[in-house]
Amino acid sequence: MRQRHVISVLVEDHPRVLTRITSMFARRGFNIDSLAVGRTHIPGVSRISFVVEGDDRTIEQVEKQLNRLIEVLKVVDHEGPRLERELALVKVRVEGIEERIELKEIAEAFRAQIVDVARHALTFEVTGHPAKIDRFLEELSNYGVLETMRTGALAMDRGERVIKLRARREAV
Amino acid sequence: MTGAEVLLEALVREGVEVLFGHPGGAIMPVYDALYHRRELRHILTRHEQGAGHAATAYARASGRVGVVLATSGPGALNLTTPLADAMMDATPLVAITGQVPTTAVGTDAFQEADVTGVTMPITKHNYLVTDVNDLPRIVKEAFHIARTGRPGPVLIDLPKDVQNDTFTGSFPEAVDLPGYRPTYKGHPRQIERALAALRAAERPVLMVGGGAQHAADPIRRFVERTGIPTIATLHGLGVVAADDPRFLGMPGMHGTVAANRAIHEADLILGIGLRFDDRVTGDVARFAPNLKTLIHVNIDPADIGKVIEAQIPVVGDAAWVAERLADGAERLRIDPWWRRIRHWQAEYPLPFPEDDVLRSQAVIKAFGEATGGEALVTTGVGQHQMFAAQFYPVKHPRSFLTSGGLGTMGFGLPAAIGAQVARPEETVILFDGDGSFQMTLQELATVTKYRLPVKIVLLNNGFLGMVRQWQDLFYEDRYSEVFLADSNPDFVKLAEAYGIPAFRVERPEELGAAVERTLGEAGPVLAEFRVRAEEGVFPMIPAGGSTEDMITEPPEEARS
Repeated sequence: MRQRHVISVLVEDHPRVLTRITSMFARRGFNIDSLAVGRTHIPGVSRISFVVEGDDRTIEQVEKQLNRLIEVLKVVDHEGPRLERELALVKVRVEGIEERIELKEIAEAFRAQIVDVARHALTFEVTGHPAKIDRFLEELSNYGVLETMRTGALAMDRGERVIKLRARREAV
Repeated sequence: MTGAEVLLEALVREGVEVLFGHPGGAIMPVYDALYHRRELRHILTRHEQGAGHAATAYARASGRVGVVLATSGPGALNLTTPLADAMMDATPLVAITGQVPTTAVGTDAFQEADVTGVTMPITKHNYLVTDVNDLPRIVKEAFHIARTGRPGPVLIDLPKDVQNDTFTGSFPEAVDLPGYRPTYKGHPRQIERALAALRAAERPVLMVGGGAQHAADPIRRFVERTGIPTIATLHGLGVVAADDPRFLGMPGMHGTVAANRAIHEADLILGIGLRFDDRVTGDVARFAPNLKTLIHVNIDPADIGKVIEAQIPVVGDAAWVAERLADGAERLRIDPWWRRIRHWQAEYPLPFPEDDVLRSQAVIKAFGEATGGEALVTTGVGQHQMFAAQFYPVKHPRSFLTSGGLGTMGFGLPAAIGAQVARPEETVILFDGDGSFQMTLQELATVTKYRLPVKIVLLNNGFLGMVRQWQDLFYEDRYSEVFLADSNPDFVKLAEAYGIPAFRVERPEELGAAVERTLGEAGPVLAEFRVRAEEGVFPMIPAGGSTEDMITEPPEEARS
């Protein structure tokens, strides 16, 4: 059965490491719905989160093929209770005062911030589960959306569960 | 010390004795340093592809890491085929390529190519060195990655200025790769489960692949103790001797009827060091339909469950796991199963007519008999390759070197060179086709240069035979662009032009003398056999088919 999975990957922060990963996804025909990447509190270690859709076999292969990459330190499929957050910036055209009020109400309902105001445009910042952002954008689609930028989902297990790295040095 | 000297020192520390390569502008500092390092033997090929395949065969014949050197741009790009080949066939290789100076990288400089970018999907890992002090660590990591886990090619791209830079660092004793820790020891519980499943099986078979070549001793002990019917993939040939009574041959597209029927009826398959590639399985949905238990032993977890679901996965080294299986196994009580298999073997041997026509099968069989299966064989890709797999009785592990996964035509001649360099005392026989041979024949010069006594058995049918066979069977005899005979060179004169003795054989009655003459030559020799063009490789399971679709004999109209 096809299911949506959010996978976190800890990687060594080396040049081209993201290319290695995305090229492997492309080569093996895995589709990435979203991707986010950033540094972590551990020096030299970055964290990438992917949203991928697939059946169990595909997801198993995604994880195994990721683990095959030398610079991949850890792969975790967030299967339990998790936090998922995405941030989006959306610029919308506004014509009259009425539209401006309507948009403000929508923003409030989604707890989106107006982060930039211009005579004919408003820019919103919204954070939340990707599904919430989808809904927000859907609402806005009745207006003149000019520009959209989404970060891709970030994910973390709820509670005390953490992704641990093994001790670094191992003599061979 | 310069970067170039550091590189060679690091190679020596890794125990490297032989390099295969071809110089050029961006790798010249390394070649200059090599001039002074007598303990490193360099084999100069005439094309980088030749160097790559030679290093591959050297690695597989010796069990060591093959090393290949090339210059930037075109030199490095000529290595892409051998790298992809080594990746598919899990061969430990370290490729060192020159690169334009770091200051010129990204400027479209002369002979610049993004080699780490290009080779990313066809190497196990690769490096672009930007600091000379990283070089010893990178070389150490490259060899470690190449030879451990599922072996594979690692490329080190070395800019020219880094080769000249002064080294102020140190050589590490150990590698530190936190993201790379292959599992060698199979889980004891999985091994227990495997042994229990084997005891309970009524129709078990053992399938071995290329990942079991280093595990021949424990696997032979396991086969001896259990009496299990044993099948070897193309790369598994030699793990168990071809004349072992438990050996059923090769599975898959051109496998024996007995091997394929046994898989079809098996209730248990113990697969060691193989990945169930499509040439073995055919239609996956119809592969081994009676299978209850697949015990899949592989060092690469990604190869387990990728194609066929494994009920008992065992992640670990083939030799380590096979030792435990051999220790724990007992004789299988499977007489009725053996009777069925013996029946298929009797009914469907690998036959070919013994008439007045010279056929590839007969040539290979004659060489097999004359050498007792003891030779180190390499092949190109095509019909001759499958005939060699079917008819050469490979006796020892690491003795049948061929391009399996990638199916690289032109693999054979450079592979024969690498094999002979690895095992200079042994008889190396190259079985090649006229099409495959012409893809890398410039390496005849390498044979001559190093006086390598390889025996080149050229099975010349004047066609791209395997393509022609598919056209026969699936394209209603439309022989689109497969005819070579009108423009093939005179292979005897060609070999002689390179200083290699050569002769031609056209009649079956000349075969015995020809084999004797070929094997009797002290140095290299090329024997051209003018073989029947219409011959097909059978049995055959068409691509995407199953055992039930097996064509066991040539169609009526194709016979002599």
